[in-house]
Amino acid sequence: MNLESVKTLYVAEMSRSLRTVLQSIVSPVISTSLYFVVFGAAIGTRISEVEGVSYGAFIVPGLIMLMLLTQSVSNASFGIFFPRFSGSIYEILSAPVSYFEVVLGFVGAAATKSVILGLIVLGTASLFVPFTIAHPLVMLLFLVLTALTFSLLGFIIGIWADGFEKLQLVPLLVITPLTFLGGTFYSIDMLPPLWQAVTLANPVVYLVSGFRWSFYGLGDVSIWASLAVITLFLAVALAVVSWIFRSGYRLKP
Amino acid sequence: MDDAPGRQPVSDNSVIHVEGLSKTYDSGFEALKGVDLKIRRGEIFALLGPNGAGKTTLISVICGLVNASAGRVLVAGHDNVADYRQARRLIGLVPQELTSEAFSTVWDTVSFSRGLFGKPKDPAHIERVLKSLSLWDKRRNRLITLSGGMKRRVLIAKALAHEPQILFLDEPTAGVDVALRRDMWEVVRQLRDSGVTIILTTHYIEEAEEMADRIGVIRSGELVLVENKRELMRKLGRKELTLQLHEPLERLPGELDAHGLEIAEDGQALIYTYDGRDDGDDSSGIAELLADLDAAGIRFKDLHTRQSSLEDIFVSLVREDA
Repeated sequence: MNLESVKTLYVAEMSRSLRTVLQSIVSPVISTSLYFVVFGAAIGTRISEVEGVSYGAFIVPGLIMLMLLTQSVSNASFGIFFPRFSGSIYEILSAPVSYFEVVLGFVGAAATKSVILGLIVLGTASLFVPFTIAHPLVMLLFLVLTALTFSLLGFIIGIWADGFEKLQLVPLLVITPLTFLGGTFYSIDMLPPLWQAVTLANPVVYLVSGFRWSFYGLGDVSIWASLAVITLFLAVALAVVSWIFRSGYRLKP
Repeated sequence: MDDAPGRQPVSDNSVIHVEGLSKTYDSGFEALKGVDLKIRRGEIFALLGPNGAGKTTLISVICGLVNASAGRVLVAGHDNVADYRQARRLIGLVPQELTSEAFSTVWDTVSFSRGLFGKPKDPAHIERVLKSLSLWDKRRNRLITLSGGMKRRVLIAKALAHEPQILFLDEPTAGVDVALRRDMWEVVRQLRDSGVTIILTTHYIEEAEEMADRIGVIRSGELVLVENKRELMRKLGRKELTLQLHEPLERLPGELDAHGLEIAEDGQALIYTYDGRDDGDDSSGIAELLADLDAAGIRFKDLHTRQSSLEDIFVSLVREDA
């Protein structure tokens, strides 16, 4: 393992985020705060408790998930897309680093940033609503696994995209709808039975549910189902990334 | 393990050994057709060829940017695929396109390159590199603020950041002004003097003529020639004798046919082309020509000779059944 190279890639990616601190950190915090103001404080006061938890507190895990998914995907995809776009990726491809090390540097940095953001949003949320975390370690595990998996997904998108449009396409058309329909703002018990069944095909439901379980000990699906889904996701993402590098897809003609 | 010294090639002093290298792109374009090439340790090797001849593909395969379709590359004895870490550690690459992370500073981007190649931080080395390329004053500038020539220097600095033994320069002076070009040649010479092997591609013949020890000419994916520069110019160099005539000539008298003369400058001059090889025997035919001219009553007021340049040689090579 070429640790110096991994460290270099990681630090470079992290400092890129620091250079764009406004876009990277401030804007997700502001948008999450807006959700709390609108859904938590304004609408939430008209909604009674959901499954024994106040509505404001109920949406905290879902909102963190929403931010985590979108930020992981967009950070990681941009991180690898930009060097491809500018051409400076030649240096990474000609360096004595393995593909695993490249992924570790890029995805590691993107996931780290997402986890930090997640914690910042968690802190921000505590300013708006009181809530408890029943299983902090499980919460951290979910945070890390989700950040990692969706950073990998972002990495794949960043390699697949051949323009800025495609780069935005997946987050906009897939991630955001799935998250909104994934039980961020409601418990799927509130849906008619048919839609409950349909919703169970949405993988984000399992993530939000598992994450919520770590806060309040209750979820739409069992915690084990949630863990299984996120692990499966991670495995698929890893398999695709390793195929990309072995085949040279979009990187090496 | 990481710092194991490069294995020495067994049989010769070649530092890069390319064997039967072919590359066919997905589009079906055959960029390289069975290229064999040995680069000697410590030389400056110029790869000449017209656009699209395969220069950049050859370099890209050696450096690991492009997968070969067939053949292999050894870098100081290390296979560049199986043993890519050892092979790549020895190589620095300066690409043709000016590519850079627009928003980082010169210092950061050059330091990044060193770290990426797995070398521990060494600010003193980075400082030396930046100073040798006259970039020291710009070290805190963001890349986006630099001129094209300066960016080119930054790319060279990046390639040198990890102290490579082999440096590839793909069209290093394309779009660079004359003064900067001279500076770069100087830098390249200093590198060579410090023991770095340099491979450059160019279509400025002047560059190859000025700098290279050996020259390879690539045409449609095939190396048509690899030769010591002086040898090449001596072997293929033609000489030209131009005679300025006293009185213009419309037609050559028949008795001069054997000399293959050309009338130039509206009959004001005659051009005689002959083999410039220095073979010891006096085969240039100048003495006979002058005697025949005298006999034909053609008088001249001035004469000069010219050695054909590498450019002429190159053009004739590339044109040949192209």
